[in-house]
Parts: sequence; structure tokens; C-alpha cells
Amino acid sequence: MERKTKVHAEDGKQDILITREFELPVELLFKAYTNPDIITQWMGTKVLKLESRRHGGYEFETADPQGNILFKAHGTIHDLIPGKKIIRTFEMANAGFDAQIEFLEFESLMPGTSKLTIQMIFRSPELRDAQLKLPFAYGINMAHDRLQQIANQLK
Amino acid sequence: MDLRRDVFQAIADPTRRAILTLLAAHAMTPGAIAANFDSSRQTISKHIQILTECGLLKQEQNGRENYYHFNPKKMKEIADFIEPFRNMWDDRFNRLEAVMKHYKTKK
Repeated sequence: MERKTKVHAEDGKQDILITREFELPVELLFKAYTNPDIITQWMGTKVLKLESRRHGGYEFETADPQGNILFKAHGTIHDLIPGKKIIRTFEMANAGFDAQIEFLEFESLMPGTSKLTIQMIFRSPELRDAQLKLPFAYGINMAHDRLQQIANQLK
Repeated sequence: MDLRRDVFQAIADPTRRAILTLLAAHAMTPGAIAANFDSSRQTISKHIQILTECGLLKQEQNGRENYYHFNPKKMKEIADFIEPFRNMWDDRFNRLEAVMKHYKTKK
């Protein structure tokens, strides 16, 4: 399997570096971050607000079919240079992670290909590790829930 | 699975990371490890105990001396720790790419 997305997180540091190359021209890659309908399609979250400009802001929300809110996040856009860069804050509601700052850099590679580099900076190495562990913990919970379901069926 | 979480907590502490760095070079006795730190021997011994319990260190008796070795296999598990995080982003970006390719052909 091809490893297109790379994650770099050094021990004891408080940032995460994510890089990914796309078979897309840089304009389309940038559009995927600035157009609300497109964000909904690939992030799977509803976009309540998106002001794609310097000193703008955004709000995302995901609910289950019953209307329970599963995920809510918001942030402000510090700077935005079309096709090149977005600097923004990000905070998940009720997650206890506090706000993080994100530097998104968009680069054109060969014609029709581009690269995205995201640096996320957290308040402390501990908060960074917690964030990094989240999908791992979620994976454990999912496995645990499935086991629970099977166990319940056997009862 | 609980063990893996402990490994992550174990390396969150700077003194424990320093001990691992020391032992990565060669096996050492608890006394030799403690000599590298200002903390009390008791404190260092507690750190060694935590590292041993989660499998990052291995103990070996050599004559009358107790030597601690670094266990690289366990470190590999820590490297795998970020794999679910990477997968999450990879899935997300694969979707982004698919959506935008469709968008391109639609236009």
C-alpha cells in the first residue's frame, strides 16, 4: 500500500507535521479548503460558517441522524493567501484540548500535482500526545464496543 | 492494549526519556544510571521500575550485578502508535482527492 500521507511527531515536542502529495493542481487543492460544500463532502461535517479571508472564521458541526451533536469545532483565520497559505486556529468543543494553531502551506509540484504541508502547534507536548492518541484510543473503543455487542448477542 | 497506553505515558516523562537514551547506548546498572541524574537514587529507581513494567527495559542478572537493557521492539510499538492518526488523515485526504477529481471532470 502506498503511503501518501506522512505524519511526523517528534518525542517531547508540541507540534505535528502532516504532509501529503495530491494528483490535483494546487488551485483545486486550495479550493477544497475554502469552499463550504466541498469541505462537507470530504470532511463529512456540516459547515455552519466559513469566511475564507484574513481575519475570517469558521464553524463546523457534525450530528448523527437523531440530531445528537457528535463533533463541533471552530477557529479564526489569521491569514489567507490564495493558492499558497492559510494560518488559522482550531478548537474542538468540549474536548479539553484547548486551541491549536495550524499553518497550512499549499505548493504546486509538477503540472497537475500539488503538496499540502500542515503544521499543528499545541499548548503543550502532553496535549499534542493526547491529540495524537485520540484515533488510537477511538480504535480501542470501537474494538471494545464490537466485542461488547458480540458478548451481548451471546447472552 | 492497556500496556501500550502505559508505554506512551512512560515516555511522556523527560527523565524516563533520558534514561532510555542512556540505555540505548549500552546496558547499565541502576547505580550507574542514577549517577547521571541529580534526582535521588530512589526516584530514578522508580522511573526504571515504570520503564521495566511497560517492557521498554529488560533486566538481566550478570554475576551479582543487575543490568538494564533497552528493548527496541517496544519502541517500535510506540512508532506504530501514530499509525491510526496517520490512517485517519490518509482516509480524509483520499476523499479530498476523489472529490476534487470529480469536481474537475464535472467542470
